[in-house]
Amino acid sequence: MNASLESNPLEHSSSDQPATMVRARGLTKLYGAEKALNGTDFDIPRGRIVGLIGPNGAGKTTALKAMLGLIRYDGELKVLGRDPATERDELMQDVCFIADVAVLPRWIRVREAIDFVEGVHPRFSRERCEQYLAHTKLTPNMKVKQMSKGMIVQLHLALVMAIDAKLLVLDEPTLGLDILYRKQFYKNLLEEYFDEGKTILITTHQVEEVEHILSDLMFIRDGKIVLSATMDDVSERFVEVMVGHDAVESARALEPLDERQVFGKSVMLYDLERSKANRQQIAELGETRTPGVADLFVATMKGTYE
Amino acid sequence: MNTMKWLLKREYWEHRGGFFWAPIIGGGIFLLLNLMGIIAGQLAAGRANIKVGMFKLDSMLNGMDAQAQAMFGSGVDLTMYSTTMFVGVITGFVLFFYCLGALYDDRRDRSVLFWKSLPVSDRDTVISKVITALVVVPLISLAAGIITALLQLAMIGIFFAFHGINAFGAMLSFGHPFRTILTMFGALPVTMLVALPTVGWLMLCSAWAKGKPFLWAVGIPIGAGIIVNIMDLMQRLAIPDVSFWRDVVFRSLFGIFPGAWMDDGFFSQFKDMDDGGQMVVNIVSLDKIYAVLASPTPWIAAAIGVAMLVVATRLRRWRDEG
Repeated sequence: MNASLESNPLEHSSSDQPATMVRARGLTKLYGAEKALNGTDFDIPRGRIVGLIGPNGAGKTTALKAMLGLIRYDGELKVLGRDPATERDELMQDVCFIADVAVLPRWIRVREAIDFVEGVHPRFSRERCEQYLAHTKLTPNMKVKQMSKGMIVQLHLALVMAIDAKLLVLDEPTLGLDILYRKQFYKNLLEEYFDEGKTILITTHQVEEVEHILSDLMFIRDGKIVLSATMDDVSERFVEVMVGHDAVESARALEPLDERQVFGKSVMLYDLERSKANRQQIAELGETRTPGVADLFVATMKGTYE
Repeated sequence: MNTMKWLLKREYWEHRGGFFWAPIIGGGIFLLLNLMGIIAGQLAAGRANIKVGMFKLDSMLNGMDAQAQAMFGSGVDLTMYSTTMFVGVITGFVLFFYCLGALYDDRRDRSVLFWKSLPVSDRDTVISKVITALVVVPLISLAAGIITALLQLAMIGIFFAFHGINAFGAMLSFGHPFRTILTMFGALPVTMLVALPTVGWLMLCSAWAKGKPFLWAVGIPIGAGIIVNIMDLMQRLAIPDVSFWRDVVFRSLFGIFPGAWMDDGFFSQFKDMDDGGQMVVNIVSLDKIYAVLASPTPWIAAAIGVAMLVVATRLRRWRDEG
């Protein structure tokens, strides 16, 4: 199930970076009696774009905060081989994050923000930042409080993407933005920022928008990672087939993970690892295809709010 | 070290209005009031048919005895001290609210998440804010205050010059403007030490409060003071409540205001003093100011201030901003 588990976390690649960027074992976080993280295990390998996807209250943000050393937790957690609880200061040299939109201080000017990040961050490139900003309406003397929400995000993204971080964590980076901004952002992220030495971890509710840039998926539910797989694994493991009324019963016999109605036909989604069926049997029912992340998500999370 | 430079700049950028403009505007208004006072005085004198130029101030002073000359000099020094103090009071209020907001405002608007995404430790962040409150702002305030005081003396001098009197010579020969300036800068380490418990307490409240840090910061010490008073009244407990108000309440809230270092020990130095005109020069001398440090109280209070800053740093490190 978990492709990344196969790689040894202690194994170092030639570029002297751990092959596993994040490693969690029995990661637990209690808020009172509520278990925001329930002893979960996961690994994030280097050079991937991972989507951490889950319903509200599943523990996404808590997991990110633990990785970023913002909260205490129980269990074992290593980010770039370091313990985020005790080695946060060292860790932040290599890790960057956008925790929420519009968290830039309202009093700061564009010029001051660039100067400050350049002053304190050894991996910041003023040149790159100014390149990103050249495509915006932002001017050096503009204050954050004068900006629209979209402009604040543009500035924040320009600052963060000009940092050559090994791990970039984005928690709902495009929340509240219009579709033009969102598309542009993911395009920049993939084409200009990302390279094989970097790892990006994204949480979002807008699954459809990130689907095409992700290399890995992690589904989280009730404080546990319930699915962790590469997109290739997903297409090998899950299959969707559209069947007519006549074939519904035989399709149901193969124990689909989920069933939904489209244009009077039934769409069956199979987990080939768990159902009795094999790909050939399913192909006989009708035309097959790899399910979209959103459909897979809905199928996996069924009953969450019940 | 480089990071610290940028952190200090950051504080200055955010609070330029309070740190830089408030003392300047305060000093400016003070000078304007003085000017209006001078003009009013001039008009009143004119109505009463008094000619200011009739009094030959310089020759009058030169003919006076030493005590009267010293009185005049003390007046000049006192003018400088009080004007600088006036600006210092403005800065005291600025610092009070700066410290209360220092570790609270960025949590309220969630920009703490931006600062925490950069490779800057919480310890360095808190240290930069403490240096700002204890060194940067007092230096700016002192400079602004001294400039205001010098402009004020210049204004008075020019007023007399219009009437053909040379007051500048008298101010310089009987007053001690340079020693006054040096004394004020020289006293900075003492004022910093006395400000430390206040800065520590206010920043602790700032790091801890979920809301309304002002109410917590002011309410807790004053509430405690009242409880101590009530217990003293009802049970005659041997808690020395006068020293509670003076050593706990005052030191936790007012250490950042000018003259906060003047304690009983300081005043006891002048109990038997009777030298008339020399007063101000004698009171405000560095050896008498530093004598305050002979008592353990300011040191204990400063140590508690440092401890509160350590707690504030830990609170900032682990506070979950939801």
